[in-house]
Order: sequence, then C-alpha cells, then structure tokens
Amino acid sequence: MIRLNRTPKSSAAIARMEEHLGHPLSQCYQCGKCSAGCPAAYTMDEPPNRVIRFLQLGLYDRVLEQNSYWVCSSCETCTARCPRNVEVKEIMELLRHDAYRRGLTSGERAVFVFHKTFLKTVKWFGRLYEPGLIMLNNLLSGHFFKDFAAVPGMLLKGKLKLFPGRGADNAAVRRIFKYSREEAPRGEV
Amino acid sequence: MARVGVFICWCGANIASTVDMEKVTEAAAKLPHVVYATNYKYMCSDPGQKTILDAALEHKLDGIVVAACSPRMHEPTFRAVAAEAGINPYRMQMANIREQCSWVHGDVDEATAKAVDAVRMMVARVAQSLALEPIKVPVTKRALVIGGGIAGIQAALDVADGGVETILVERTPSIGGKMAGLDETFPTLDCSQCILTPKMVDASRSELIKLYTYCEVEKVDGAVGNFKVTIRKKAKYVNTELCNGCGDCWHKCPYKKIPSEFDFGVGNRTAIYVPFPQAVPNIPVIDRETCVFFKTGKCRACEKFCLRGAIDFEQEDEFEEVEVGAIIVATGYDLLDHTQMGEFRYGAIPDVITGLQFERMSSASGPTEGKILRPSNGEEPKVVVFVHCVGSRDENYKEYCSKICCMYSAKHAVILKHRIHDAQAYLFYIDVRAGGKGYEEFWKRACVEEGAEYLRGRVSRVYDEGGKVIVEGQDTLSGEQVEVAADLVVLATAVVPAKGSEELARILGISTDKDGFFNEAHPKLRPVDTATGGIFLAGCCQAPKDIPESVAQGSAAASKTLGLLSKEDITREPTVAVVDPLICTGCWNCVNVCPFGAPEKSEITITVDGKKVTRAVSNINEAKCEGCGLCVATCPGNCIDQRGFSDDQVYAEIGGYLERVRAAKNSD
Repeated sequence: MIRLNRTPKSSAAIARMEEHLGHPLSQCYQCGKCSAGCPAAYTMDEPPNRVIRFLQLGLYDRVLEQNSYWVCSSCETCTARCPRNVEVKEIMELLRHDAYRRGLTSGERAVFVFHKTFLKTVKWFGRLYEPGLIMLNNLLSGHFFKDFAAVPGMLLKGKLKLFPGRGADNAAVRRIFKYSREEAPRGEV
Repeated sequence: MARVGVFICWCGANIASTVDMEKVTEAAAKLPHVVYATNYKYMCSDPGQKTILDAALEHKLDGIVVAACSPRMHEPTFRAVAAEAGINPYRMQMANIREQCSWVHGDVDEATAKAVDAVRMMVARVAQSLALEPIKVPVTKRALVIGGGIAGIQAALDVADGGVETILVERTPSIGGKMAGLDETFPTLDCSQCILTPKMVDASRSELIKLYTYCEVEKVDGAVGNFKVTIRKKAKYVNTELCNGCGDCWHKCPYKKIPSEFDFGVGNRTAIYVPFPQAVPNIPVIDRETCVFFKTGKCRACEKFCLRGAIDFEQEDEFEEVEVGAIIVATGYDLLDHTQMGEFRYGAIPDVITGLQFERMSSASGPTEGKILRPSNGEEPKVVVFVHCVGSRDENYKEYCSKICCMYSAKHAVILKHRIHDAQAYLFYIDVRAGGKGYEEFWKRACVEEGAEYLRGRVSRVYDEGGKVIVEGQDTLSGEQVEVAADLVVLATAVVPAKGSEELARILGISTDKDGFFNEAHPKLRPVDTATGGIFLAGCCQAPKDIPESVAQGSAAASKTLGLLSKEDITREPTVAVVDPLICTGCWNCVNVCPFGAPEKSEITITVDGKKVTRAVSNINEAKCEGCGLCVATCPGNCIDQRGFSDDQVYAEIGGYLERVRAAKNSD
C-alpha cells in the first residue's frame, strides 16, 4: 500500500527532473506507446511507461533500484513516437546520471562498469581508445578474456588500433568533463 | 381473381448471389393471382420503379409484391409507385428475401426455395388485402413542454420562436432545473447561472410561453395532434397575483433549518421559500410538509408580515385541462441513491459528498457563497479525492456510463485549484471519456496545468481516521494499492432518470429502457421522437447528457414539434384495430393491455328479438391506436381485427407457406 503524499511533486529529485525536461511528468497519460516500441523493454524490470508512472506517484527511489534505465539504449523510438511529447529517453538519461553518481548498479553491474570505463578512456585519451576500453572493462567486470578471440582478426583488418590515436583536444575534453560534473544542470539530478 | 404483379430484386449481389433470380421469377409466374413476374438488378432505382409502373399499367395490375429488402427500408418507395400506378398503396406488400433470406443463408437451393415461399405467402396476402385510406386528424396548434430545466426551456423558447403557443410545466417552484444550481461549466468554465438566467427570463417574458411552475402533469388523453392534458396546480398558499416577491415572508419564517432540495442538503431553506435568488417566477411557495402552521395551526408569521396580503392558507390543489398538439418531455435526471454502496460510507462520514453537493458549495450564489468547505468542521479542504463511476459502469448497479462525470470531475479538480491554490486533487477513474469539442484539451489542462493527480482504478474502502477520510484504492497503472488521506471525498454518482419518470411514462403511454430512461423511436435515425406520435424527448430523460447536448436535443424536439404543428391536419397509418361491436362482450381485456389507451369503453344500442338493448362494448379510438396488435391477440371473443393485418390476410399468408408442405407430402 502506497500512501500518497499531499504533494508528491515535492520530491526534490522529481521537481528538478521536471524542470530539466521542460514539462511536468503528468504530461504522460500512460498510453504505453513508448513501451510498445521499446526494443529493450523485454529485459527491463519495468517498461518505460511504468518507470514514468512510478515517478508520477513520487516513487523516485524505487525507480532507481530497477534496471530499466541501465538497459535503455537511448534509441529514442519512445521519444519520437510519444503522442504527448514526453521526453522519455531524457528521463532514462537523467536516471542514469543520478544512478552513476550514486554508484547504483541496480542489478546491471556490467552496464554500469562499461559506462564507467568508457568515460574513463575518453577522459584519459581525449577520444575513444578501444583496446584500452576492452582491457579495462574486462578487468573491472571480471570477464578477463571476453571477446579476445576476435582480436587477431580485427587487428589484421585494421579495425583495432594498438595505440591511442592522435588529434584529440584533450584540454577541451577535460573542460567538458569538468563542466558536466560541476556546472551542467543535468548533473545535479 | 386478383391481378398481382411480382417484382424480384437482386439488390446487386446482396440477394442474387444466394437466391436464383430466374427460378424465383419462374415459380412466381405460376402462382394463382399472378399475371406478371420479373426481376431486376435494383428495383428501388429509378429504372426499377419504372419497370413496376409500366407493368402495372400494361397488365392492369391491382396488387403488387416486391421481393427485396426489409419493408423498413423501401416500403414507402414502393407504396408511392403503387399509388402512382393507381393501385391502393396498402395492396403493395414486400417479401423480405434479403435480411430474412439471402443474408442469413449460404445454400443457394435452400435459399431459393425459401424466397419462393416468401413470394407465395405475400401473393396470397395481397390477394386478400383491402384498399385502405390514411386517417386524417386535425391538429391543435399548441405545445406542452414537461420539465423546466435547460432542455425544456430551450425547447419552449424555440417552439415559441416559431410562433406556437407553449405551456411549460415545472414541478418545482422555479424553472432552471439542475443547471441553475451548477457552478462553472466545462470545458470553458463559464458561469452556469450567467448563461442560463437570460434564457429563464426570456421564457418568462415570452408572450407565447405560459409558465406552470409548481405544477405536475396528472393525466394525458388523446393522441398526436390532439392531446388533452390535465395539469395539477399544486397549492402554493401564495396569491401569485398579489405577491411581488419582496421576500419579507421568508425572512420572517421562524422555521429556517429545512435542508434545501435545491442545494441537495448543503444549505437550508425556510418553510415558505423560493429555491434560489434568481428564481423564475420569483414567487415563494409554502411547503405544507414543513410549515409549522400546517402542523400545529399556529404561527402565520408570513401572513402577518406580508404587506400585500398575498398569503392564502385556504388554497387547494387545482386542476386545469389544456389541449395541445404535441408534447416535449424534458424531465431530466437525479443521482443514484448510493447509500447502498457501503464502501463509500456516504451519509456516515459527513465529508463524503456528491458531485452536485460540491457544485452547490462552489457556486458563487450557493449556501457557502462559493467557498469549498469540509461539512464536518467548516475548514478548507487541502486534499480532495474525486471518485468517478460511483454506481456507473458497474453491473451491480448501473451498467451504463453516465457520460458527464469524467468532465465534471475534471472541472471540479480545476475549480478546487482555483479556489484553494495549495489544494491537491486525486481522481480515481477507470477511463477518462472526454469526447466533445474542447473536452480532451480541458482534461489535459486539469492534469498537466492544474496538477490533478489521476489514479486509474476503483476505490475499495473509505474510512475516517484522526479527522481525515482515508481512501483506499487501486492504481492499475503501477499495479499498486494506494491510499490517500483526504479532507473531502466527492462521489461522481450515476445519473438516473428523474424521480417519477416511470409514472410519467405510464401517463404518456411511452416506453422506458431497462434503466428507466425514456425510449427514443430509433437510436440513430429518430433520436428525438418516441414510438408514440406527437411525443418528443429532450435532455437527460432520454439518456445522460451534458448541457450542449441537452440544448441541442431541446432545439431538435422543438423543430420536430413545429414541423408537426405546421400542418392543418396530420395523416396516420390506417393499419389500426377495429372492434366488431355486435360480438364484443365488454370484457375490457383490450382496454387493460393497450399501452396507448386506444380502446375506449362505449355503448351500442341494438335490437334483439324486437327489444332495444344497450350493451357496453369497446371502441378503438383511431387517433390513438398505434397498430401494435396487442388487443387483437388478447380479445378472447376474436372480435377485434386489425386493418392491413386482418385474419383473412394472415391466414392466407400462412396458407401460402403450407402450400410447400402440401407439395412435399404429395411428392412422397
């Protein structure tokens, strides 16, 4: 039994989320169009429309405990099709940011680790460095030899560069990281 | 021998794909009485009609059978063709070989055989048919409107606008109906009274509209074009000629705590009262049930203070008979008595109210002057739960959707936010039905802009705890049980026909549906007519509807009325029942079964053995008979026959079918 508070929107996290989205969550009328077209919904704890429903009821922490936003691949089919113009993908994005900051893996450690290593390599090298990403990701996820069989072939065909490429403006990338961590409104969710 | 022509229609492939047209034509041509038979792709088309006309003249036909669709579709078409050919239209019969044959059968041989049967039966019937002439009745150019709500007021105004005198009967002391008590109206939020009162004033000012307030229809005799209506004028105990509506009487009335019917008990009235300040007419009535004088013989305060001497305790109910040509029924609605639905604790918890009570509270001219307050302690509610579908869409109570509740609940949520800015509305609903111009947009405004919280599911339990009303229910969208600690609970209770509708249906001789709403003649094509000629419907008495729809139906009923009353006389179907007075025994079975009051008790004087004898017999009033045949079937002496459906015709028709049985026996 959920006791609905007098003002569920008083939840600060949800209020900030609505501010960032530019529309109240009540904009969603629960038609389910987002979930109907979601390619990842089958593996989510709750499909996208349920995620929004729980947020409408003020159950923010409960949503963070579910894996839905980690499984979301940001394909934006939901956002493109929403008849009420709800920023569904953006909602998932904001949840990921908050979960990442709090270190919540919500049953999807592998996804969480991938996000972490991806961002780390970009931060270190100014652009994506694939061998570094693979090694770090395998190391942190514990799947040490995952996908190693594909490495020789990819090297031979020139699909994998052994050393980080040049040309990235490292300083600019660092500024982006700094900005998003310290100043961007979305980072505050 | 009659000279009958048979015309068989393909109806494109509708009939021809299942029924062998040539075989039916061949068989028809061989039937007794038949002098000509043919078939055509579309008999109802212009060339098809010409085929019939030419054949009728060429073969000197005196009867026609058209084997085609249901007579409900094209009977008037082919009757007109018969008339043009100089044949009495009632000697044209349709054999239905589409709805009752080709559409419901697959086997060509069997369907063809059945079509031949149908043709054979109708030929036999036509051969026995008498020529009939339509009945003509003169029309009384005056209309009666029963019910002075918005639908009735609109109907009366429109009929009067057409130059026809209108009598508007209203059983409460003022016209205005439920709409007069509403606050703002969806979806535009314009003030209900502000848009209604000009119409009320127009109705009272119109020279062609006679207001009969505090009156009821007691009895209706006659039929379309000529109704005789008895109106009971309930005693007001106030001389309406002398009273100027100054209000001294109701201010001095010592008995002030009578729950006001107009306010649904939210406010009080005195024993002598006008229901609301803008009442039309602004003349008070004394409620005999609650007046102290009528109970104890003492008081007379109103009489003492009335400077014009208008109080008259000696008044009694009066009856007046009026003649009208048409009647518009606009008796409106009431709310379901939902005290039987225990889960809402209505009546047990004072802070559980109905939507109409909420309207009276939020209405600027209501008992709280527009302040929304908790009935229990008079404080402002901060959390209000609105419950949709209370008794509606529930097979234990009312199966139908009450239609207006979704929108008025959304409106209530918006009004709540406007009056109490920090209040929160929760609405338990099953579906939101917002079909109407600007309705969906209004609902979106309620939930997105005004922050109303919608919970999809029914309420399971309401109880009070620590000064709050706890509402438990289901949110099926999250799959969770939810509860709200509310200050006020507003029930959107099912709309039911106004009290007394059943009795009025009996008086008028019109039918009701299973829920007691008056039946329209056809749900799509005749939504304003009843099955009884000259009686029309407007507003919620036919089905739940909102203000725009009630107004539209009021105008539609007025238009139908004006159409009817614009004629000097009206034509009725001659297929009415006829009594043979020589064999009638006066058992009155026919009088008892007739839903239209057509059989009348009368007398005839006959000579038996040289002596004059007066006997009581039944006589059918042609103007009232709708040709349903109930009396014909009921008469134990078989002395009632129905024109167009006489025993001779029906037996001939059955005989036509039995021909097939006989033929089958002979071939065995």
